[in-house]
Amino acid sequence: MNEITPASIGLSREDLPNSYIGRSVPRPNAPKLVQGRATYTDDVVLPRMVHAAFLRSPHAHARIGAIDTSAAEAVPGVIRVFTGADLAKVCDPWVATLDHLKGMKSAPQHPLPLTRATWQGEPIVAVVAETRAAAEDGVAALRIEFEPLPAQTDMETALAPGAVVIHPELGDNLVFTRTAETGDVAGAFAAAHKVVEAGFVTGRHTGVTLEPRSIIADYNRADGTLTVHHSTQAPHMMQGVFAKHLRMEEGDVRVICKDVGGSFGIKVHVYPDEVAVAAMARILGRPVKFIADRFEAFASDIHARDHRIKARLAVDTEGKVLAFDVDDLTGIGPYSVYPRTSAIEGNQVVNLCGGPYDFKNYRCTTTVVLQNKAPTCQYRAVGHPIATAVTEGLMDLAAEALGMDPIEIRRRNLIRDDAYPYTSPPGMRFEGLSHHASLEKLLEMVPVAKIRADQEEARKRGVYRGLGFAAFIELTNPSPFMYGIGGARISAQDGCTVRMDPDGSIVASSGVTEQGQGTEAILAQIVAHGVGVPVSRVKIITGDTQTTPYGGGTWACRGAGIGGEAALQSAIALKQQILEVAGAMLQAAPESLDISMGHVTDKATGAERMTLHELGRIVYFRGDTLPKDLQRELVQTRHFITKEYPFAFTNGIQASWVEVDPMTGMVKLLEHWCVEDCGRVVNPMLVDEQVRGGIVQGIGGALYEHCVYDSEGNLLTTTLADYLVPMSAEMPEMHVGHVETPTRESLLGAKGAGEAGTAGAPGAIMNAINDALRPLNARVHEQPFTPERILRALGAIA
Amino acid sequence: MITLTVNGERVTRHVEPRRHLIDFLRLDLGLTGSHAGCEHGVCGACTVRVDGEIVRGCLVLAASLDGAEVVTIEGLSDSGEVADLQANFVARNAAQCGFCTPGMIMTAADILAHAKEAGGGTPSRAEIREHLSGNYCRCTGYQAIVDAVEDTLKARAEHA
Repeated sequence: MNEITPASIGLSREDLPNSYIGRSVPRPNAPKLVQGRATYTDDVVLPRMVHAAFLRSPHAHARIGAIDTSAAEAVPGVIRVFTGADLAKVCDPWVATLDHLKGMKSAPQHPLPLTRATWQGEPIVAVVAETRAAAEDGVAALRIEFEPLPAQTDMETALAPGAVVIHPELGDNLVFTRTAETGDVAGAFAAAHKVVEAGFVTGRHTGVTLEPRSIIADYNRADGTLTVHHSTQAPHMMQGVFAKHLRMEEGDVRVICKDVGGSFGIKVHVYPDEVAVAAMARILGRPVKFIADRFEAFASDIHARDHRIKARLAVDTEGKVLAFDVDDLTGIGPYSVYPRTSAIEGNQVVNLCGGPYDFKNYRCTTTVVLQNKAPTCQYRAVGHPIATAVTEGLMDLAAEALGMDPIEIRRRNLIRDDAYPYTSPPGMRFEGLSHHASLEKLLEMVPVAKIRADQEEARKRGVYRGLGFAAFIELTNPSPFMYGIGGARISAQDGCTVRMDPDGSIVASSGVTEQGQGTEAILAQIVAHGVGVPVSRVKIITGDTQTTPYGGGTWACRGAGIGGEAALQSAIALKQQILEVAGAMLQAAPESLDISMGHVTDKATGAERMTLHELGRIVYFRGDTLPKDLQRELVQTRHFITKEYPFAFTNGIQASWVEVDPMTGMVKLLEHWCVEDCGRVVNPMLVDEQVRGGIVQGIGGALYEHCVYDSEGNLLTTTLADYLVPMSAEMPEMHVGHVETPTRESLLGAKGAGEAGTAGAPGAIMNAINDALRPLNARVHEQPFTPERILRALGAIA
Repeated sequence: MITLTVNGERVTRHVEPRRHLIDFLRLDLGLTGSHAGCEHGVCGACTVRVDGEIVRGCLVLAASLDGAEVVTIEGLSDSGEVADLQANFVARNAAQCGFCTPGMIMTAADILAHAKEAGGGTPSRAEIREHLSGNYCRCTGYQAIVDAVEDTLKARAEHA
């Protein structure tokens, strides 16, 4: 075979009939979604299935006293009540630390706690009944004596003398701290022309997947297997978790996830109530279903982004960045979340601050502490929007201090497009980024001169509009350096098995999963392209640990870059195998043949020689006519893992155009732009919609979304009437542009695209709001930028 | 005991007084296209049509629907009433996880029906956004959904 290169397989030739990479092919799974014929976990009904409901702690911190289950057990339909002690008999606790996060500590966590409740909403006792309604009736009849304890809710005082130490055996509430320091930070600040500083707050918010967390666990006593239907992003990871903690063989656990109704990182963690369901199924020997309701989602889904940051930036007279100095503090709730840990978000702040810029001196510390609130963990664009808001907020402050245009200060400091490979001050290695090309592309899209003229004119009418920018880097395609080296069984590699059936159609099964981002569509495109068949002839299987190759699933934007490359490699291997067989049939050298749109063709002339359908007929039904020693396995498997770089970094830049009403403090989003570089774009339409969806989640954090607690640790935002999410009427039109810098780690060259929108939007909006408020001498740096905070910044309210 | 018409078929069932329409459809009739997203009337995932008007399935008690005519996403799909809208949702990738999509289609069908009643005028993008503002979508950023609805309105106006 000839050497395979991106050019040789037509990755840049969209004119080939089955060249699907780079084309906006509709998703094959979309028709079922628009017709209501998808299968989400709650749509699955199994024989003898029972339903679980949980009594959740009404207190942020309390000792669990006597539990009286008698009234609950008497409720019609109730089958059994389970306490923490009941489940501990079959389920081992977990401790969520990673070995490579030096000094990290956390406490053992059980599916249901044994002695103490440590956040409001923690599941305490489970009731299993014939229906969910009966299970809830049972919960209402439970009698538990809680002895309330003082709650440590404020992260600022978590390490202070006299703080309530949430797990006394840990000694204090410090989970993890890390400082990255390089260069001469103190010297740079001392020598600076200007130093700007600010305190930033990112509001604790959550994912609000429209489909709540959902699980059915089914333990079969006859063969000792546990089958779990689960709304999860990482079925193989969950297979391992259930096996380990329920003391089963991994091969006896099967995790199936069909359609998943939103995930965004929320569904890649281990939740005690879900492990409890598996443990209860193990005990009962029958299927147990649990579907979180919206209150339970707000109180027990992971939260994220609860950070307070003090940060300084030093620049010289030319606006050149000399140094960043950042101090990050985050509260993660009472437990680090298993198995990814809750220290990663703060760690990412350290890795990503200052990311787009070329500078020498850097200091950043993260301090991760416990508190009696819902646990936080990885949510879309982990740490990115925090680091971007801090970095870009400081860049705008510096530009203002220098009287420099915000675009100009960025142009002077962005890492040059020919500077790669490049190692950033906190040690991140960049293979190839395109900050300047992205900025230029953005400026082609954003009519800056027109906007500035409009802004000037509007101010005369007392209308305050602002334009804000935010450049960002994004971490994708993680290697084992993300979790594996820390001891977590989270796969960084992924596999794909591709086979040709007798009718010439192709079936590909992949370890990466579909949550709506279009994984199955791009895998079909890649396989169709790689083998040489129409995309309509490819079927994709995902989301079943028993029928797909082992892999990591979907997180950190690895679907296209890792799963896609495995699919491409397996498709190319299958094509080679098909051509070996075709060569034997056609008395031709395999190298002289090709496959196009389901036909074996003569490579030189393009003439059709035979159909794959005919080849399949002969291989499967008339093998007697083929040479005896001919290998005829029309199935190939390849796995892929990145090797040179720990992560494939991407980059981009956003712009936001807003109007702020100084009378009400309301922010109206007028228009939004994003240019991002995710390497090879497999399906432009899907990437655009990933970016748009990501932007809107970033907008949510910037303007609306906030998990609000009172000082006692009571969660005040437990409905969609209290916790605001972006709706269609408030959202602006969003324009998406691309620069393509394929990674050389893979033939496909794809990096991730899912976090970009979320990473940059809050910083761009913050800068736009502050641009609007500048004539009024007001600034905001605390997200969400609510009307109250804006009015306070304006001095309109105290 | 209630008797009602669901997607054109007569249905008679015993229902508990506390049974909501969404649970009646999903649990008693196996019509799983409509989804329970928030169960307090905000997200719109459970949107269905009752006697010609869209309602939240999580706010209506099934027992109150004796004699009513209910259309769910399954019925709307089978009748072909919004085949063009659904095709535009697919073409525009106006669905990602798809959990909100049946409710979104029900609401968008309502926009199409009102536009027809109003004499064929095409609502603006802002009006489409306003009409859809009771349906929560976490994935798409809404823009592709507005595009799909607008495409359908324009095509219908041209062919009217």
